[in-house]
Amino acid sequence: MSHVKVELKPEQVTKIKEICKSFNNNPGELINVLHQTQGAFGYLPAEVQEVVAAELGIPVAKVYGVVTFYSFFTMLPKGKHPISVCTGTACYVRGAEKVLDEFKRILEVKVGESTPDGKFSLNCLRCVGACGLAPVVLVGDKVYGRVSPDGVKDILNEYAD
Amino acid sequence: MHILVCGGTGCRASSSDAIVEKFKSELAANNLENDVQVIMTGCFGFCEKGPIVKVLPDNTFYTQVKPEDAAEIVKEHVIKGRKVNRLLYLDPAKKEHVSDSKHMGFYRKQIRIALRNCGFINPENIDEYIARDGYQAIGKVLTEFDPQQTIDIIKKSGLRGRGGGGFPTGLKWEIASKNKADQKYVVCNADEGDPGAFMDRSVLEGDPHSVLEAMSICGYCIGASKGLIYIRAEYPLAIKRLKVAIAQAREYGLLGNDIMGTGFSFDVELRYGAGAFVCGEETALIHSMEGLRGEPTNKPPFPAESGYMGKPTNVNNVETFANVCPIILKGADWYSSIGTEKSKGTKVFALAGKINNVGLIEVPMGITLREVIFEIGGGIKNGKKFKAVQTGGPSGGCLTEKHLDIPIDFDNLIAAGSMMGSGGMIVMDEDDCMVSVAKFYLDFTVEESCGKCAPCRIGNKRLYELLDKITKGEGTMDDLDRLRNLSKVIKDTALCGLGQTSPNPVLSTLDNFYDEYLAHVQDKKCPAGKCKALMKYVIDPEACVGCTACARNCPVNAISGERKKPHSINTAICIKCGACIEKCKFDAISIK
Repeated sequence: MSHVKVELKPEQVTKIKEICKSFNNNPGELINVLHQTQGAFGYLPAEVQEVVAAELGIPVAKVYGVVTFYSFFTMLPKGKHPISVCTGTACYVRGAEKVLDEFKRILEVKVGESTPDGKFSLNCLRCVGACGLAPVVLVGDKVYGRVSPDGVKDILNEYAD
Repeated sequence: MHILVCGGTGCRASSSDAIVEKFKSELAANNLENDVQVIMTGCFGFCEKGPIVKVLPDNTFYTQVKPEDAAEIVKEHVIKGRKVNRLLYLDPAKKEHVSDSKHMGFYRKQIRIALRNCGFINPENIDEYIARDGYQAIGKVLTEFDPQQTIDIIKKSGLRGRGGGGFPTGLKWEIASKNKADQKYVVCNADEGDPGAFMDRSVLEGDPHSVLEAMSICGYCIGASKGLIYIRAEYPLAIKRLKVAIAQAREYGLLGNDIMGTGFSFDVELRYGAGAFVCGEETALIHSMEGLRGEPTNKPPFPAESGYMGKPTNVNNVETFANVCPIILKGADWYSSIGTEKSKGTKVFALAGKINNVGLIEVPMGITLREVIFEIGGGIKNGKKFKAVQTGGPSGGCLTEKHLDIPIDFDNLIAAGSMMGSGGMIVMDEDDCMVSVAKFYLDFTVEESCGKCAPCRIGNKRLYELLDKITKGEGTMDDLDRLRNLSKVIKDTALCGLGQTSPNPVLSTLDNFYDEYLAHVQDKKCPAGKCKALMKYVIDPEACVGCTACARNCPVNAISGERKKPHSINTAICIKCGACIEKCKFDAISIK
């Protein structure tokens, strides 16, 4: 868990409250609330979770429990261009590991980390279902198919601005 | 005339959106926009050759189409009636172009029931679904049968749950129908988590109404007025198409109050998953829908007694639902005439891995693995040797050459040490190390274990560590015994389906590839050359001409040698990345 304290601006707090309200502050809708909140903020730091918990009338521990249970939710901000390497079985047998190693080597980050300038973050995901294009890499929403370790540099160069 | 463009995730990733736009502008430029319709459909299945474009009425099947090919197709095919040969599928055996998909090896043995509309209709247009007998089944059920009669049809058809377990669907509905409650729920499990499986996604993207209609029929049978679809947040396109479909069905009065004036009411809502494999287990799925951590609970009580919000709930998988309407319309006898004695109908498989024709296929139960891999799948990529096929995802096992001729059905796969699972089928060749494959699946299970019960949380971690030790060449014969014993304990004691099946990849590889384990443990060798710790890169001084290509490309400068003299690798520095082998033009470097 990150120890950097996030100061929420009043309008951000209002935004979270609005999201909760759109689900009638119903604790049963916690996962939907978190989906929308993460959509608005990019990630779910502890301070955001506290507001959600207060609005839905449940303990923060419960919100934290849900956030940490599901891999879709993150408590760390993602990079400007989030990179996800598919490590599903089809991509694995077609060499996804080598592609991942190449990203790690060039970006000098581990899986789950962001580059110091916040430009790229590196993650793994399990199967986007484009197995015909294995191995697959996603940068943001863009899908790159049949990626080879040699092609990693070209992908990153597309985002060199 | 119609031009159908595949809009599945794979083809869209290869810019099928741009292809549609290009076709539209080309047609408009030729004043043909009113005569030729361009439709983005669901998945055609032949992902290997995507993006796919099909021209009707002559059923011409174009493969690997690029946006810039649209002009030629319009000019030649649409206007002059001449097929564009270079874009037709080339039969690899006969070296002939095939224009009709019916004559392609990939499609010849397929029977499409669950996928009947995928690749035929525009999934975002309810009228096209209705034109292909859509919403007739619910009409027939509501006006001709009472709930029990409908359940009897499903029971008689022999339909079994396609999510993996193979529980008889009609029986499941009957149990839920007999439990009395003021509210009941129909849940569609679209939390397709098996890596390498994308059947459910293709059905939802290509034919969302078939699932909505079948859920209504289920609601009528069990006495539920509410349906919920639990879908992965990772499937944005499927979510979008479902939302469109639900809105259209409501507009047509096919969802909502008093459907078709029969007094029956049913509506469907979406619930989103958030990336947890265990949520495919029905009790975990229900907890997740309630906004909780997706942890499974002991059964009984079964969801049919106490499920979502404590009410009787019937959970079926997407593909199961996709089979329901054809059964109602064509009859139980028709359905049960397909398949084997205990497994009726068809099964959709996602064929992937080291195979020529990657894609989505639907085949009758009872077909053999050999037919699937070598006829439909077109054999192994790059002429390599077939080694294993993994079915059932992290819960299944690896089958080998000796299993190629058994008829595929629920029971035969279990007897062979694997399982049907949701339908992922990953083919592996001689270059895949089976110990590493087992380790890969255990890594997945360890990550996805919810942690509630000790056998799964701790046991799988220990299994992973043992496998890791073996792939590093540090394993002992005792470790092999330990692997087997621990696997059995986990199977017997874990709380839910995830834990109870998680050791299957270990057990099946131990059974079928024991010699490979022995090679790792006794000879400290990885026969497939995959396990880095057991590999040593060496340069053959006879073959090396000293071109320096390897040394220049070595990322850690482990290779030294003078120009035009044999080089050598310092194994202490070498990180075994393989860059040198790729660059060597003289085949002088090998793995020992």
